[in-house]
Parts: sequence; C-alpha cells; structure tokens
Amino acid sequence: MIDIVLDVLSWILILLGSACVLIGGIGGLRLPNFYTRIHAASLTDTMATILIFVGMMLQAGFTLATLKLFAIMLFLLLTGPTATYALANAALLSGLKPDAVTDSDKPKENTPE
Amino acid sequence: MILIFGLFLLSLLVITAVAIVRTKDLFVAVMLTSIFSLLMAANFFILDAADVALTEAAVGAGVTTVIFLCALALTGDREKPREGGRGLALGTVGVLALLIIYATFDKPRLGDPDAPVHQHIAPWYIEKTTEYMDFPNVVTAILSSFRGYDTLGEVFVVFAACIGVLFILGVSPPRKLLRVKDSSNGLRHHLIPQVVGRLLIPFIVLFGLYTQFHGEYGPGGGFQAGAIIATGVILYALLEGEDNALRAIPRGVLLGMVVGGALLFGGVGIVCMLMGGAFLDYSVLAADPVWGQQLGILIIEAGVGMAVCGALLAIFHAFAARERMS
Repeated sequence: MIDIVLDVLSWILILLGSACVLIGGIGGLRLPNFYTRIHAASLTDTMATILIFVGMMLQAGFTLATLKLFAIMLFLLLTGPTATYALANAALLSGLKPDAVTDSDKPKENTPE
Repeated sequence: MILIFGLFLLSLLVITAVAIVRTKDLFVAVMLTSIFSLLMAANFFILDAADVALTEAAVGAGVTTVIFLCALALTGDREKPREGGRGLALGTVGVLALLIIYATFDKPRLGDPDAPVHQHIAPWYIEKTTEYMDFPNVVTAILSSFRGYDTLGEVFVVFAACIGVLFILGVSPPRKLLRVKDSSNGLRHHLIPQVVGRLLIPFIVLFGLYTQFHGEYGPGGGFQAGAIIATGVILYALLEGEDNALRAIPRGVLLGMVVGGALLFGGVGIVCMLMGGAFLDYSVLAADPVWGQQLGILIIEAGVGMAVCGALLAIFHAFAARERMS
C-alpha cells in the first residue's frame, strides 16, 4: 500500500518537474527579452531540480543512490542560480538595461539567432 | 530506450556542430564547443565509457572553454570575413563525408560481440586483469599496465604540448607588470559567485583526489583527476584573480609537476628494469606480483595526474599572464 502511494507520489513529482523543464524551455525561446528569458530558464535550475530529484529519491528509497541524488541536487541548487546570477550580472555590466517595455535586445551580442 | 536517447544526443551533436560552423561570433562558437563537449560526454557515458566521459566533461567542457575564452580576450571575438570561394573546401568535405559514410557500411553493429575489436585481444585483457592486478576496472589496467608504453607516450605528448605553449606564449612577464594591476582582476567584487565558488572548490579537489586514488575500482585515473583538480584551481583563479592562484600554486611548482609527473612515470619503468623486469613491468616491484602491479599503477597514475594537472594549469596561466601584459 505504502509502496504504491510512494510510487504515485514520486511520478507526480517527476512529471511536475518535467513540466517545469518544458515551461522553462518554452519561456527561454518565446519570452521577449534577455532578462525575462533567463528568468524562465532559471525555473529549470530550481523548481524542476527539486521536483525531479525528490521524485527520483522516492523511487530509490533508503539506499546509497538516494544519498548521491541528494548530493547532486544540492550541487545543482547551488550552482544553477549562481550561474543565472552571473549571467544576468554580466549582461547588466555589458550595458543591457532590464527594460520590460522593449522587446528587443537584438543589437547586443547575447542573441545567437 | 538507450538507443532513442543516443539518437537524440547524436542529432543534438550534429545540430551543435552545424551551429559552430555557421556562427560568425567566436564567443558563441566557444560556448557551443563547450556544449558539444558536454553532449559528447553524455554520449560516452551512455556507451558505458565513464572514464572517457569524465575526461571529456572536465577537459572539453571545462578547461578548454576557459582557455579559448582567454585566447578570445587576446584577439577579437568576430570571425574574419572570408575571401574567395569555398568550392574546394566544400568539395573536400563532401568527398570525405561520402567516404566515411561508405566505410560505415562495413562497420559491425554497435555492441556486436562478434566484432573484430571484441575478438582480438580484449577478451585476454578482461580475463587477465583480475589475475594480474586483482581490481575490477579493466580500463585502468589496460591504460596503465598492459599498454603502459602508450600512456607513457601520451604523458610525454602532454609534456611537449605544455612546453610548446609556454615557448610560444613566452611567459616571463616583467615583475612590475604583475604588481600594477594587482587587485583589478578576478571576480573579487562579486560576492555570490565567490561564496559559492569557495564552498565548491574543496569538494571539486576532493572529488579529483577520489578519482585519482579510486581509479582502480571505479571510473577515473590520472588523466581525469588531473583535469578535475585543474578545473578547481582554474575556478579559484577566476574568482580570486590569477595572482592569488599563482600564490597558492606558483609557476615553478606547476612546471615541477609537469616534469616530475613525466619523470615519475619513466622512473618507475627504469626501476622495473633495475629490479630485473622489463620496462614498465610492475610485477617485479614487490615480492607479490599482484601487489607489485597495484603499486606500479598507483605510482604511475599519480605521475599522470601531476603531469596533466600541471600542464593544464601552466597553459591557463600562460594565456592569462599574456592577457595582462598586453
């Protein structure tokens, strides 16, 4: 009984996390300017990481794998937001103004398309 | 399932490669190269080549990206406009691509047990590793003992590459130039990356040491450990400035590591000869041949790790010092 509950719970968490990744991906492609885009992409670093990793830990149960998953989650939770911060900070320093009205940062270097 | 994942990764690889060729912005190209390496590492991993995946992730996605960025800081970040047609290049690439595709028709299926590579000498390696060395990682056994000559050659290549880069970049910047811009480099004023970096660097180095000394039992070994430790130190240099990194590990120590690592490897070989065995035949190092093999592999892996770590850091510092001279 408890196994089924844990299994269902873990799958719900993993699917929610995957949805967060998907939303982050869509947002990273579709949102108008640089800061809104990294805002969307940072969803994958935080919410999706927590949901997917907790889901996987529930799948693994009380094993060494859970401990490793927890360590990886901690690592990703530390580095992901730091990377996002560094990215935003670099953009700000290079003179990109966080301006919600303009929908174009095309003249700047940080749009590869 | 693995097959679908592999196909997905391979198509991403192709897309990334095309994007690298097409972009005119070299900065973007460097970032894409890093992504390419990371995808490659994932690819190696699903092919169960964890040792190679570790190296590719640390060197390809980590160290080379930083070195490329250092090089870009010295030059420009735009590609030079091309002169003349590209017919010849396109023709050559097209013919080569057709030849390679034609060659794949003769290739055995992925993971085919009857493939020549699995029939020739690999079964002997797998069989004898437990008998001769008594540890599970066959890759380490092949790399450091069965094919020790090749690895010795690789270490000398790393050594030669390091010497070559140092000669070309000519690192001995005047002392006073180093002092002038003492506090202006690094991310000293960026608190968050600095705090997080300080938190992570010990763990990165610890993980490097783990891969170094656990290489006989799990994926890892000297090359991976050297690259991972170098990544940790480069992160330190990026956060605290190159001067502080050089103060922690001076240039002389780095060169000593490169030379010492190569010498250690060769020295073990010569000690083997002096003790009555063949060159790099570790069995004679101890009374018990199995223990001798393990001891020899431990020492030469340490040599490889030192040489790789020293070489990568020396090359990084060579680029970084150049940046500040100009």
